[in-house]
Amino acid sequence: MTAPAQIETAQPPVVQLHPLSRRIMHWVNALAILVMIASGWRIYNYYPALSLHFGFPLYLTLGGKFTVDEAMNNDDGLANALAWHFAAMWVLVLNFLAYLIVGFVSGHFRRDFLPVGPSAFMRDFFAALRGRLGHRLGEYNAVQKVFYWGVLAAILVTILSGLSIWKPVQLQYLTWLFGGYEVARVVHFFGMAAIVGFLVVHLALTLLVPKTLVAMIFGGTSVAPHPRTGSKP
Amino acid sequence: MTRPILGPEPIVTGIERRLFLRQTLSLGALALLTGCDISDQHGVQAVLKAMSRWNDRAQAFLFRHQVLAPTFAESDVARNFRYNAYFPVADVPKLAAADYRLELSGLIADKRPWSVARIYSLPQQSQITRHVCVEGWSVIGKWSGPRLSDFLHRVGADLTAKYLGYQCADGYYGSIDMATALHPQTIMAVKFADATLPAKFGYPFKLRIPTKLGFKNPKWVTTMYVTNRMPGGFWEDRGYNWFSGS
Repeated sequence: MTAPAQIETAQPPVVQLHPLSRRIMHWVNALAILVMIASGWRIYNYYPALSLHFGFPLYLTLGGKFTVDEAMNNDDGLANALAWHFAAMWVLVLNFLAYLIVGFVSGHFRRDFLPVGPSAFMRDFFAALRGRLGHRLGEYNAVQKVFYWGVLAAILVTILSGLSIWKPVQLQYLTWLFGGYEVARVVHFFGMAAIVGFLVVHLALTLLVPKTLVAMIFGGTSVAPHPRTGSKP
Repeated sequence: MTRPILGPEPIVTGIERRLFLRQTLSLGALALLTGCDISDQHGVQAVLKAMSRWNDRAQAFLFRHQVLAPTFAESDVARNFRYNAYFPVADVPKLAAADYRLELSGLIADKRPWSVARIYSLPQQSQITRHVCVEGWSVIGKWSGPRLSDFLHRVGADLTAKYLGYQCADGYYGSIDMATALHPQTIMAVKFADATLPAKFGYPFKLRIPTKLGFKNPKWVTTMYVTNRMPGGFWEDRGYNWFSGS
């Protein structure tokens, strides 16, 4: 096969992995999730949903310094945390809805997150444990697919349980669905824990394969992605 | 076995690593910033306050007159209902029926003060509802008393006005929207668990509003007024959301 010489010497093509809309939604989501978690941890400390004796370290929480808040607002930092939580809530929910709509309409979910089945998951999971699961930009393995569905579900459950804590009267059927106000608080906590668990793995893997971060910032990469139609090794 | 620190990896990857490191550092700096003082900046406070006003409107939009707070069985009522105020229980106002008068003011036709006996003589209703605190704890209790809407009709309050404000014997103050004041479950609770409301829970009456968070259920109420000017409130003036509906 002969190709024109100028193509062979040209730069490798920049391949668009993440369209601009997805990158914007990813980083808006990242910021909103961080604010929700940090302010939520401060709120948790005031009356823990779990009967375990632990609280989140103050420096990891959002809501300002106690002394400054005392001087500015005569409060001890809870009002600030609640204000952050109920402000970022709108950003998180609207961005999440936009992502779901774009994901379904554009075919992103169908193309990139499907198909995924138990056998493919087991195969890729054990391959990952043995360190034999490569990462190809632009193509998700079954473990990744399950992880992304999982974190989407965790965000959804955390939003819905959060709404049922926020509005146990006006949205009482939602609260009832979660087993009542007190149970909804515990569900909300474990939804957060699942998201944090995802974040730990997500960030660790990004650390291992930094070009995924470049792709999520700049959208493309000069490294050609693995062809979708290629057979799996 | 020693491993070379710099492996034979392409330079491009090294640059990416460095970029990643820089991103991580700036993320870390952002996290530090948020943890320390971003909340305390006046610009941030202004944004948070604007969002809180937006949340007032969203909650007023969600509020439905006919949606009732869930009610519970007698067996669900907490045995030791939590006492909660910003002072110890020994310091609660101990109001005497002989001296007490409920003062009325603002957009109300009949502003004559009410005695305890007159408030207690109004037709009463009972409710077993969940009291939810802004901090997250909740307690189920049983309250009885006249409907606030009956009272407001009786004194000729302007029901088209926006706010009902209240002041209390302990210096506490606040306000609610008129829609909530007219909600069928908003009562002037004169009884707790079928007995006359004890001093620690707000004798002679507390506004029991199961569609609002606990801090919008004032105890030891001494003045109520109707107004179109937003009166704010004790905790609201300290940064808590004004509507604070449930």
